[in-house]
Amino acid sequence: MRKIVLRGRKVVGGRAEGEALVTRDRISGWGGIDPQTGTIIETRHELRGQSFKGKVLVFPGAKGSSGWSAQFHNARLAGTAPAAMLFNEMTTKIALGAVVAHAPAVTEFDQDPLQVIATGDWVSVDADNGIVEVTKRER
Amino acid sequence: MKLADDEKAMLDGREGPARQKAMELLLRYGEALGAERFVDTRNVCGTLGATMPFLRDYAAKHGAGIDAVFSEFSLCSAQALEIPKVKVYSCHLQQGLDPERALEQGLGPEAVKLYREGERFFGRLGVNLLNTCAPYLVGNVPVKGEHCAWMESSAVIYINSVLGARTNAEGRESAGAAMLTGKIPYWGYHVCENRRGTHSIELEVEVQDTADWGLLGYWIGEEVQESVPVLNGVRHVPNLARLKHFGAAASSSGGVEMYHIAGVTPEAGTLEEAFGGKTPRAALKYGAAERRLAYERVNTTARDRAVDYVMLGCPHYSIEQIWEACRLLEGRRIHANCSLWIFTPRAIKQLADQNGYTKIIEDAGGVLMTDTCSSVGRVVPKGAKVAAVDSAKQAHYLPAIMGLQAWFGTAAECIQAAITGRWSGGLR
Repeated sequence: MRKIVLRGRKVVGGRAEGEALVTRDRISGWGGIDPQTGTIIETRHELRGQSFKGKVLVFPGAKGSSGWSAQFHNARLAGTAPAAMLFNEMTTKIALGAVVAHAPAVTEFDQDPLQVIATGDWVSVDADNGIVEVTKRER
Repeated sequence: MKLADDEKAMLDGREGPARQKAMELLLRYGEALGAERFVDTRNVCGTLGATMPFLRDYAAKHGAGIDAVFSEFSLCSAQALEIPKVKVYSCHLQQGLDPERALEQGLGPEAVKLYREGERFFGRLGVNLLNTCAPYLVGNVPVKGEHCAWMESSAVIYINSVLGARTNAEGRESAGAAMLTGKIPYWGYHVCENRRGTHSIELEVEVQDTADWGLLGYWIGEEVQESVPVLNGVRHVPNLARLKHFGAAASSSGGVEMYHIAGVTPEAGTLEEAFGGKTPRAALKYGAAERRLAYERVNTTARDRAVDYVMLGCPHYSIEQIWEACRLLEGRRIHANCSLWIFTPRAIKQLADQNGYTKIIEDAGGVLMTDTCSSVGRVVPKGAKVAAVDSAKQAHYLPAIMGLQAWFGTAAECIQAAITGRWSGGLR
């Protein structure tokens, strides 16, 4: 099995692993997810109807309402938060969202995680050291 | 992060456990951002309390008091703390319901009781209960250069771009913590360099009425995402309502928190000033094809022409917009199968009462509501399936949150739909 290692900067510390869920669309929090189920609900989003619960969510960044952090906070309390967050574009929404979701999070990678990681890959995140290990799914 | 003495004191708990928790949260947040220090703020807007749907259920299920709700949802503390008075000028944004209209909104006495408890609690703390997504309509009008800590994407983009104030899109937790500490990370749009334009947008079509501005914002947000667009070629200087709708749209389809209009907004006396001497990363054109694309995108969910709900007031209507709606409604009667709800801040409803506008709306069969909106409060008329809205933001969110279809058009098209019960709007 092919393994790839990415290095980046810690946003929120901690370790987690799980299956990757990758999107090239930015994610809205409020009005973009249902925290009760961890499902994307935005009308024209490519992941509409899919859940990020327990997944390593790989996405470009956050957009939309300032209720972003509150929705991911609610997701944590409902037990539907992602296991970890990997992203490219830093914003206040995503930084605060990762903090209150207690989700290990990494950004500023040496390689673009959207190119390297595919949905279904197994991803192990050591956010304290900014190390992300990707095991490619057999295809 | 480098901390000042007063910040260290709060972090050490010298001002009590709640301010300590607030400082700890702000520190984690600042480190996540990569900020180097905090900036003092004396103007904070946020949502607190338990009037939103998820929060109402949480408070009921856990038997939690408002202090416990504030501790968890504003300070990220599972332990309930005693919440002290706010340290700086703090205002409450929209709530989850209109307590005077709870019955029509399908909510029982429990929700109203929780609302009233929150009202007393936050009043005692010194939070000013503006209860609107548009605090700049009712007296909180920051000055150019003023460091603020505001939530509400449509208000953030308005005060950054139109007023020249400085804020990032804060969240519920960072706004709550800023109210108790007067601190927010010095990052993003607090810093001069980050406020410069990144994308140039050349207008090739006339952008005049509020719906035009909504379409333009909806298109731009999707094209530039979280960047800083600069509009060139604006021939008609827009007013408050138009920029309110434009910004709300651009921060819904994308994540725009700051824009410039050359010759209009305060940090863009000229195109050169807007870009701060830098070359734009991209140059885009907004012509008839882009306008049509925006119209199609914002009307994605609309199929059935029988309209049973018309919602105006996203962001909350100004008194000017209520006056305009009344000119279209006066002496008319809305269709028996259709409801018309118009949302505005409570202070503006008082003006509308005084001017006789509330009566005009009610005589036509509509309702003037306050504090909330259909997407935030998840409140729509019973059985509503097809909505008409004059807000691209609401057309974006309402179908995703409530499962309704939404037609987007001008306020006049929406009011026509309320009167006939049918959508007859279209792109002109």
